[in-house]
Amino acid sequence: MKLLSFTALQIKRKILSGEIRATDIVNMLFERIFKIDSNIQSFLTLDEENAFKKAREIDKKVANHESVGLLAGIPIAVKDNICTKDLTTTCASKILKTFIPPYDAFVVKRLKDEDSIIIGKTNLDEFAMGSSTENSSYKITRNPYNQNFVPGGSSGGSSAAVSADLAFMALGSETGGSIRQPAALCGVVGLKPTYGRVSRFGLVAFSSSLDQIGPITKDVSDAALLLRVIAGKDKNDTTCADINVPDYLNGIGGGVKGIKIGIPLEYFAEGLDADVRTAVDNSLKIYERLGAKLVEVSLPHTEYAVAVYYIVANAEASSNLSRFDGVRYGFRANNIKGIDEMYCRSRSEGFGNEVKRRVMLGNYALSSGYYEAYYLKASKVRNLIKKDFDTVFEKVDCIVCPTSPVPAFKIAERIDNPLEMYLSDIYTIPANLSGIPSISIPCGFSREGLPIGLQILTNYFEEAKMLQIAYSFERNTDFHLIKPKL
Amino acid sequence: MSISSKDIEYVASLSKFELSDEEKKIFASQLREVLLYIEKLNMLDTENIAPLIHPFNITNIFREDKLEESIRREKALSLAPATEGFFFKVPKVLE
Repeated sequence: MKLLSFTALQIKRKILSGEIRATDIVNMLFERIFKIDSNIQSFLTLDEENAFKKAREIDKKVANHESVGLLAGIPIAVKDNICTKDLTTTCASKILKTFIPPYDAFVVKRLKDEDSIIIGKTNLDEFAMGSSTENSSYKITRNPYNQNFVPGGSSGGSSAAVSADLAFMALGSETGGSIRQPAALCGVVGLKPTYGRVSRFGLVAFSSSLDQIGPITKDVSDAALLLRVIAGKDKNDTTCADINVPDYLNGIGGGVKGIKIGIPLEYFAEGLDADVRTAVDNSLKIYERLGAKLVEVSLPHTEYAVAVYYIVANAEASSNLSRFDGVRYGFRANNIKGIDEMYCRSRSEGFGNEVKRRVMLGNYALSSGYYEAYYLKASKVRNLIKKDFDTVFEKVDCIVCPTSPVPAFKIAERIDNPLEMYLSDIYTIPANLSGIPSISIPCGFSREGLPIGLQILTNYFEEAKMLQIAYSFERNTDFHLIKPKL
Repeated sequence: MSISSKDIEYVASLSKFELSDEEKKIFASQLREVLLYIEKLNMLDTENIAPLIHPFNITNIFREDKLEESIRREKALSLAPATEGFFFKVPKVLE
């Protein structure tokens, strides 16, 4: 089983050197998935046939000394709200149960072009709406470190799969913390790129001014590798920035000597779990020992972020999800008479409760008479949150803080209280609202043995610096090497 | 601002959802709680603050008006729940 616990870069080297065949790795991986994933429930769809086909192709290329892509032979999992040509993409919703996309998302095409092996699609909260993956219409994913606990969400399937060594890397997506929070709760690395760094073409839209796709990996170097592959200009997403994509592995070992780290006071306030606080405090001491300078900073509008998010994200969602009307694709209810009945019954039977709650909240906030009080007000406060970061980044290189105020919580503990669930994203949402990049890396364990994540944020398009700061911590600690016992 | 069961009926109709009485009750109380939380935004004076609609500066992007390949009609139609000929089929729209 040791090979499967290797990082993506390590396994790629072994495949390229001819030490092991991609086919054998894929075989071992599927064996483990069939053995263990009935407990973890991270995958919604597996694609054995094409995985083996691609693996044989790589093995042939390697044997013939042909050139191969950056992700050659690396088995990868894709969150099920990212379109994969001819492979079911459900968004964990009944409304897309039978949807087979006729095209690949930009990022999926990049994965294929760089010779990775897509093994399957992972579970999520329906339409990425949730923080625990309990809102999936198909299954509840479990935290690999303790199966009574949630993996976080909405990219819970991708995070659990990487954590349990069921995939060497994975793609997730974020609207409000949905990569970083589950990565933290599952003890893996999760990176949300700058808004505009990665094309969303083929990502099923939730909130278009917030959505980003990003890597979920076993370590920081793998995140750097995967980000390089998926980042860059795409003519099909006009919000995608035409900014050069560097080799993020280049200079990743530069250390943190003289780096100024901002510690935001507001992120260490009431509601922060004692174990998380201890782990983050210890991490800051490690940074100090490595030569970084710690500076207290203030992000005074932090406490308003969740409120802003639930207006902005849901207003956009109510509009984006209006496309699910039972006409062109997806589910249509049976025995319908009129057109209005078709819309209403298809949507009512096809969507789960959290999606309904959010679409209604969004429509309420946008409806006549309320637009100014809610959407406009929230958009103004969003600007204040962005300005907080602008001010802080004039003084420091990065911000370091907890990813989530708590470690993983128990399954069913928060599902009946939407507001409490929403508040688990309090430290991740500000980066989405302002659009800056952020990464979560493993930094400790709670007394119950559940992983804790450390969050690092930098200014727009400073992913290289962010990865360097993250890598420096990782190289001097071994939290990322402590695997769940499965 | 509080949300009544009449408000719920109104937003459900805007959202094209059919809700049972039980669902209306639960959603109303949950949305009430969330809206109450959101009211904290009113503590801030935003009189002279511009709204941020998009997180990063973007500019219009233009391309040549050239014909490019798109999804074939047969393929697009094959995803639909009901079709007839070259059309998506829906229930009668006009009475």
